[in-house]
Amino acid sequence: MQIEVIVNLKKIKMEVDANEFLADTLRKYGILSVRKGCDTTCCGLCTVWIDDKPTLSCTTLSFRANGRKITTIEGVHKEADEFAQILVAEGAEQCGFCSPGFIMTVLAMKNELTNPTEETIVHYLTGNLCRCTGYMGQLRAIKTYLGVQ
Amino acid sequence: MFTLLNLVQPDTIEAAYKALVEKRNNIVLGGCAFLRMGSQRIGTAVDLSRLNLNYIVEQNEYVEVGATTTFRDIETNPLLNRYFNGVLPEALSQIIGIQFRNTVMIGATIYSKYGFSDLLTALLALDTEIELYKGGRMSLKSFLESSFEKDILTRIFIKKNERKANYQHLRNSCSDYPILNVAVSKLNDQWKIVVGARPQRAIIVQKASEELANLELNSKNIDRVATMAANEITFGTNMRGTADYRKCICKVLVKRAIMEVLQCK
Repeated sequence: MQIEVIVNLKKIKMEVDANEFLADTLRKYGILSVRKGCDTTCCGLCTVWIDDKPTLSCTTLSFRANGRKITTIEGVHKEADEFAQILVAEGAEQCGFCSPGFIMTVLAMKNELTNPTEETIVHYLTGNLCRCTGYMGQLRAIKTYLGVQ
Repeated sequence: MFTLLNLVQPDTIEAAYKALVEKRNNIVLGGCAFLRMGSQRIGTAVDLSRLNLNYIVEQNEYVEVGATTTFRDIETNPLLNRYFNGVLPEALSQIIGIQFRNTVMIGATIYSKYGFSDLLTALLALDTEIELYKGGRMSLKSFLESSFEKDILTRIFIKKNERKANYQHLRNSCSDYPILNVAVSKLNDQWKIVVGARPQRAIIVQKASEELANLELNSKNIDRVATMAANEITFGTNMRGTADYRKCICKVLVKRAIMEVLQCK
C-alpha cells in the first residue's frame, strides 16, 4: 500500500507492507539515524516524533503514519548539534549508537517541560537506555542544555 | 514474528465490527506494542484510527475516555490529574517510557485484560464502566469477570465523585512490569481494595474492603485488614516473583495504600 507522510518537512510517498514497522520504512527510504536496538519496546533507540510526540518507530506500524508529520534527528539538525556539543563536553558520549533516539527525547522534553527538576528529567528519560555512559554525564549535559540546576 | 495478511481502516464502528467478526483470526489493532513479540497469524487487522476515539471529555457525571486514547494523553490530562488524587496518571507513569506511553491505547489494554496491567488495577478501584459495541455498557468488574467474546471496546466512563484513591506498586526495577500492584479507594464509608499483577488480573478484595468500613482505622486494625486481604486472594509464581513473596508484599502495599488514602484531601 502507499502512504504519504511528511518527513522532516518534506512530503514523501512511501510504499509499505501492512506488517511493516516505521523504523524499517524510514531506513528503507534512507533515513539511517533511526536505529533498532531491543525490538521489545524498551530501549528508545528508534525514537522519532510523530506529530511532535516522541514515539517508538520500531512498534508503530507504518500505515499509521499516513498523513502525519514525522521528525527524525535529520530534521532538527541545529538543535541536535547544540546539545551534542554539550554531551561531548560532559564526557557523556561513547559509542553513540543510542544518541539519535536519546537526543530526540531530550529535545521533546525541552519542548514539553518548563524548568524540570532532576527527578522529572530522569523520569522523562526512563525509556532511553544507554549501555556505555552510566547516565550521570548525560544528566549533567541535559541540565546544562536546559539551564536548570 | 507475527503475520498480517490484510488491513482495513473502517470509517464507521459498524463496518469495523463487520470486518472483525468475518473470520476467526481477524483482530482489532491496539497500540501494537506487544504485537511483534508474538507469532500470531492475523487474517484481517482492523485499525480503529479513523473512528475518532482518541479523546478525554468531561460530562455531567462521568469522565469519558475514547478507546484509542494513549496512556500518555491520560497521564498528562489536567482533568484526570485533578480527579481521584491523580491515581490514573500515577499508575500509568511507571510504564516503560514516554515513547511507549505515546503508543499504547487504553481500550486495547482493558479489552486484553492483561494480568500485569497497572491501568486495570487503578481503574477497578474507581467507579468505571466500559462500553462494547455489541455487548453494551457494563461495569469494568463485570467485564473482567466475563468470558471472552469478540467485540470492540469503544468508550470508558469513569464516574466523577469524591472518591479518594491511591496506587502502590513494587517492581524489580524502574519501568519493569510490576511484581504486584495495589489500588485502594474510599467514597464516604465505602472502601475498595484492588490487587493486580498477582500475576493474574486485578480483582477487588471484597471481604477485606467491607471490613474496613466497620473498623476504627488505627494502625493495628489496618494491619489486620491488610493481612486479611493477602489471605483472601490467591497469588501465582512467575519469573518476577513467587506466590509467597507476592503474598507478603500484598500486606505491605495494602497497608501503605490505606494509610495514604486516609491522608488524601
